[in-house]
Amino acid sequence: MASDDLAVSIHLALTLGRPLLLEGAAGVGKTEVARVLAEMQDTELVRLQCYEGLDAAQAIYEWNYQKQLLSIRASAEEGTTGQAAEERIFSRDYLLERPLLAAITKDKAPILLIDEVDRADEEFEAYLLEILSEFQITIPELGTIKAKHPPIVILTCNGTRDLSDALRRRCLYSYVNYPDPQMELAILNARHPDLNAHLAKQIIGFVQKLREEELEKVPGIAEMLDFAAALSGLGIADLSEDPEQLQRALITLLKTQSDQASITTEVTQRIAGKAA
Amino acid sequence: MSRVTKFAAQDAGPAARVAGFMAHLRANGLRLGAGETTVALHALGAMNAYSPDECRNALRPICTGCKEDVDQFDDLFDAYWMDMGRVRTRAVPKLQTKGNNDVHSSRDAAGEAGGSAGNATTPDGGDGDAESDGEGKLIATEVRNLSRKDLRDLVRPEEIAEAEKVARKLGDALRDRRSRRRIAAGKGDRLHFRKIIRRSLATGGEPLQLLKKRRPDRTRNIVTLCDVSGSMSVYTQVFLAFIAGLMRADQKADAYLFHTRLVRITETLRDKDAMRAIGRMSLMADGFGGGSKIGACLDRFATTYAKRFVDGRSVVVIMSDGYDTDQPHVISDALQKLRKRGCRIIWMNPLKGWRDYAPVTAGMKAALPHLDLFTSANTLSDLAVLEGELTRL
Repeated sequence: MASDDLAVSIHLALTLGRPLLLEGAAGVGKTEVARVLAEMQDTELVRLQCYEGLDAAQAIYEWNYQKQLLSIRASAEEGTTGQAAEERIFSRDYLLERPLLAAITKDKAPILLIDEVDRADEEFEAYLLEILSEFQITIPELGTIKAKHPPIVILTCNGTRDLSDALRRRCLYSYVNYPDPQMELAILNARHPDLNAHLAKQIIGFVQKLREEELEKVPGIAEMLDFAAALSGLGIADLSEDPEQLQRALITLLKTQSDQASITTEVTQRIAGKAA
Repeated sequence: MSRVTKFAAQDAGPAARVAGFMAHLRANGLRLGAGETTVALHALGAMNAYSPDECRNALRPICTGCKEDVDQFDDLFDAYWMDMGRVRTRAVPKLQTKGNNDVHSSRDAAGEAGGSAGNATTPDGGDGDAESDGEGKLIATEVRNLSRKDLRDLVRPEEIAEAEKVARKLGDALRDRRSRRRIAAGKGDRLHFRKIIRRSLATGGEPLQLLKKRRPDRTRNIVTLCDVSGSMSVYTQVFLAFIAGLMRADQKADAYLFHTRLVRITETLRDKDAMRAIGRMSLMADGFGGGSKIGACLDRFATTYAKRFVDGRSVVVIMSDGYDTDQPHVISDALQKLRKRGCRIIWMNPLKGWRDYAPVTAGMKAALPHLDLFTSANTLSDLAVLEGELTRL
């Protein structure tokens, strides 16, 4: 389920083999794109969650020092020469693959999801450049490892910090907005097919109207699905039916104290009235 | 007004037309290279795109790089492919030279020095298509420029150089070096034991390599919000020069103008040519010199841009006289929201320099409790004096 321009972006990313950078507010389904894509292509999803302080050892590769040490001990007892031991301990067997290396050494091109790339430091962004444009990783002791099957790369970011132009230039770019009512209804129907059609329409209307209110944290698609599940769990068939239950169900949509305080029962009823 | 061009009917084939489109986007401020043109052609081939909307969707992910670009793209696409060169009234950055981004000079197209000698905003030629650099390209006339105050007339190049010095000093004063944590660094003052132990595993427990760590420079990001409403027009000259200087001195600084609307000018001011940057800025600040809605603009800033660019390491500098047409509580609510992001807020009020000035305007009164520093600033030298106060902040 995707809007036209997003669908075209994904199609291009697949055919041109270029990384795709998805930007948008939290909860619009950026990460979901990669997951669904992996399912559709019937391939593996390699995920790298970025965070502040992420470095090459955790993202690309690291030598398995323990194993190397044991091997050195063993070779000392066996009496192999230093040269042979060295060759052995700096081979692929002693390399711990982290997500990025894992992604380019797979036999079938996987989907590589680099999630929230803007959380990582600028230095890490620079590492990414080589991988994204050449699909190769240079390991000093071992040489350059080139991808047999270049992975399909999806990057997501939600504006914690501005990304560098160099990174943006190497990617296709798509800005993901909150879905329009028809699209969101289709998503809801796909996820909760047993939901009553009238209620589904009301839920979408309600959530779309709620997004227009002044909120600190605007509810995303996942929240909307939780809300629908909560309503059907509470046995509500119509939004105007039971104001109290509806207000309780709002905990699935409003995630800060001030938002909960500002959307009072009256506001909820007003929105529900408009949505009906 | 954008330079609206349309595709030339004489162009040999799709490649030439797409190249022309790229040049058109480039002339309108999007940063694109030859690589993108190739990718765009491949993309159109891969799509079998026949309808305009398919092409639009195919070209968008390639030609844009951030949300601002996306917002602009549809109009530029229409202008080139659909509109046969009709004039659009959107305020998009305009370049003085023939769309050549590689020439950075403060001379304008007519060849006279911009700024001190004469008026930098004199339109080139009355007939509108003076820059005849290709078949089939129409260029919008620039008559509307005359009816509008241009910021370039307010700022002289030497002032920017001066302001750059002051801004650099202020930026240094705002740098925060009080981080408790230490991070790995090549030339640190202490040993980084965790890393040494980890690395020593590779050498059988012998710490051969000594790694260091030090306290990082936690740079403060400076965000400036400048009021360009009518009541401020006497002072904008100083402030704009200061902002232009600041942007050149500090790569991380962020800048906005506001009157009744809020406009982000950071990208515009990154232009290597200072005078041209200011020219582009004045195009963006459409409605400059009118009334002001400080509260509404601050609120918009706090709810949108601040979420992306303001954090605990930011200093928000607001330059305004506090004369607002909104209710005063709007200002205090907005500032309160902004405060929650953990930033420092400095308000520079040019009126404060007056003798016997008291912040009696309702807006200013409402703002005072939320400010870390409330100072006067009329001239560049006033700004320079601020250095000491900012260090203490």
